[in-house]
Amino acid sequence: MNSLFPSIVSRSQSSGLMNFFVPIISIVLTLITGSIIFVLLGFDPVYALYTFFISPISSTYGISELFVKATPLALIAIGLSYCFKNNIYNIGAEGQLTMGAIFGGGIGLLFHDTNAFWLLPLMIFAGAIGGALWGLIPAILKTKFNTNEILTSLMLVYVALFILDYLVVGPWKDPFGYSFPKSRPFSESGRMPLLFDGLRVHFGLIITLFLIFISWFIFSKTIFGFQLKVSGYSPKAARYAGFNQTTLVFFAFAICGAFAGIAGLAEVSGPIGLLYRDISPNYGFTAIIVAFLGRLHPIGIIFASLVIALTYLGAEDAQLFLQIPSAVGFIFQGLVLFYLLGAELLINYKLTYKKLL
Amino acid sequence: MNLDLILGILQIVLIATTPLVFAGIGELVTEKSGVLNLGVEGMMLVGAVSAFIILVITGSYFLAFFVSILSGIIMSGLFAFLVLFLMSNQIATGLALTIFGIGLSSMLGKQYIGTPIDGLSPWFFVIFSFLIVFLVSYFFYKTKAGLILRAVGESHNSAHALGYSVIKIRFLSIIFGGSMCALAGSYISICYAPMWQEGMTAGRGWIALALVVFATWKPERVLIGAYIFGGVTILQMNLQALGLRFPGQFFSMAPYVATIIVLVLISSNKLRIKLSAPASLTIPFYKGR
Repeated sequence: MNSLFPSIVSRSQSSGLMNFFVPIISIVLTLITGSIIFVLLGFDPVYALYTFFISPISSTYGISELFVKATPLALIAIGLSYCFKNNIYNIGAEGQLTMGAIFGGGIGLLFHDTNAFWLLPLMIFAGAIGGALWGLIPAILKTKFNTNEILTSLMLVYVALFILDYLVVGPWKDPFGYSFPKSRPFSESGRMPLLFDGLRVHFGLIITLFLIFISWFIFSKTIFGFQLKVSGYSPKAARYAGFNQTTLVFFAFAICGAFAGIAGLAEVSGPIGLLYRDISPNYGFTAIIVAFLGRLHPIGIIFASLVIALTYLGAEDAQLFLQIPSAVGFIFQGLVLFYLLGAELLINYKLTYKKLL
Repeated sequence: MNLDLILGILQIVLIATTPLVFAGIGELVTEKSGVLNLGVEGMMLVGAVSAFIILVITGSYFLAFFVSILSGIIMSGLFAFLVLFLMSNQIATGLALTIFGIGLSSMLGKQYIGTPIDGLSPWFFVIFSFLIVFLVSYFFYKTKAGLILRAVGESHNSAHALGYSVIKIRFLSIIFGGSMCALAGSYISICYAPMWQEGMTAGRGWIALALVVFATWKPERVLIGAYIFGGVTILQMNLQALGLRFPGQFFSMAPYVATIIVLVLISSNKLRIKLSAPASLTIPFYKGR
């Protein structure tokens, strides 16, 4: 006779098959839960799910918008995977994104009446530096003072947001902006080039794909990637092998910060074109979901960023056609992460039925 | 400055700070048991909207607070199920709870935006917030159950070896934290505002998280920290009303900067961090080892 309830037994090796299936299982469960919520709200679930997930991407413009939203998510998520692979909990990507936008955007405002080929590269570079510097603060505090990076990186998000707020209502306010809290627009050469006429998808997508490819190379072909992984799995083994944990923490935070900073700059110099308060609809936090859903793997992150970008678009359509507040997208994002985290159990543990007799 | 003005400001500070005390003390109990729940903001919002909806439908303040606390228990119960039984990552699960809570509260509350209600006098809750801090402090340092809870947060394996149910104690601590966050939310929507607005907790959940660190995980200091943070906010509003041209953003970021400084001060000394932060914070407990 077997016991009624399964008991949880640790796997000796995490399951590769489950690693692949868990994200898919969690997406399916989210869709099922989502349709139940729609029924409870009195909508036809098929029509609601269609409005949410199909109709936003049934036009060329919609597909382009999907890539516009997925670009920052994928770029930040691949940056986060440098940290998460090493069990460094940098949850402050939103702040690093904001600082990137401030540094890069600051250069853009400084040269707002200059049109030159070097302007955009300089802005991107400044954005990367800004994000990296903001990311290095928790890294320094962690390595020098043993401070918990979860709390410091989170606190720095709000510091960065208030700095941006101060700049756009204060010193960087558009002198011709009728006292709206926004900066003057960047010059034409300070904007991300569009990839296609009439569509908003921009050069940031190319940068993102390039950095994802580089990251794939670093993760799978270099000693640095190997060190990151080993010290994540077993800090003791890493110390025994002589890997310098301090260096790894610095690099992971700096790279993640730089990627988030570039993502922030790509937002303000891409679709937005100037600096103002709400440059990011929580991309820095949502990218954490993308990183988890993509299992910290470059290909996985690309797919995950598209799925999560769709929840943003779907939410906008749901507001338009179903009169549901667009925050409903957050419900789907939260649900998918819940299911994913719950189902992760299947990767590292297995359920067995103990024999009672 | 005359006496009336000072008393008036003091009143405003008391009323504005109370939700920070509730959410802060709730999160403190959760963290003392070794669990970090980043879902404070989400639980506050769901607590706020459910209290508001129930008040509009039934007109009963008692039912409103009752259902709100129930919502906090359900939300934190969901979190507890994931982190305790499915051993999920606490950081990510907490963030998921906040994101989910923001979405859920906006959807539930959509048709109630702008609905007028009769606000409840805040003074009962202001007094209650002081009381609960002293009760928690008494519980931690004067009762055996409090000692066990702290032991679970310091070393779950030792507590388990002594025969205490780590999972049960953590579950109850998380539930207490959730109820307090929901109470903080319902206080905001029914006493403080009184109205419902999307995202109306306006980052107080994150301040509450900062507060627990700022207080170095000690109940009475949550009270002190809350009044410093709350006082700074009110001071900023008053200075701006007086026409002082000082950028308010620097006041608004002060709690976060102060928390980082406190964190550095207590972490730089190995002994001091051992005496302050629960040693098992964010480490999941797995029995079968």
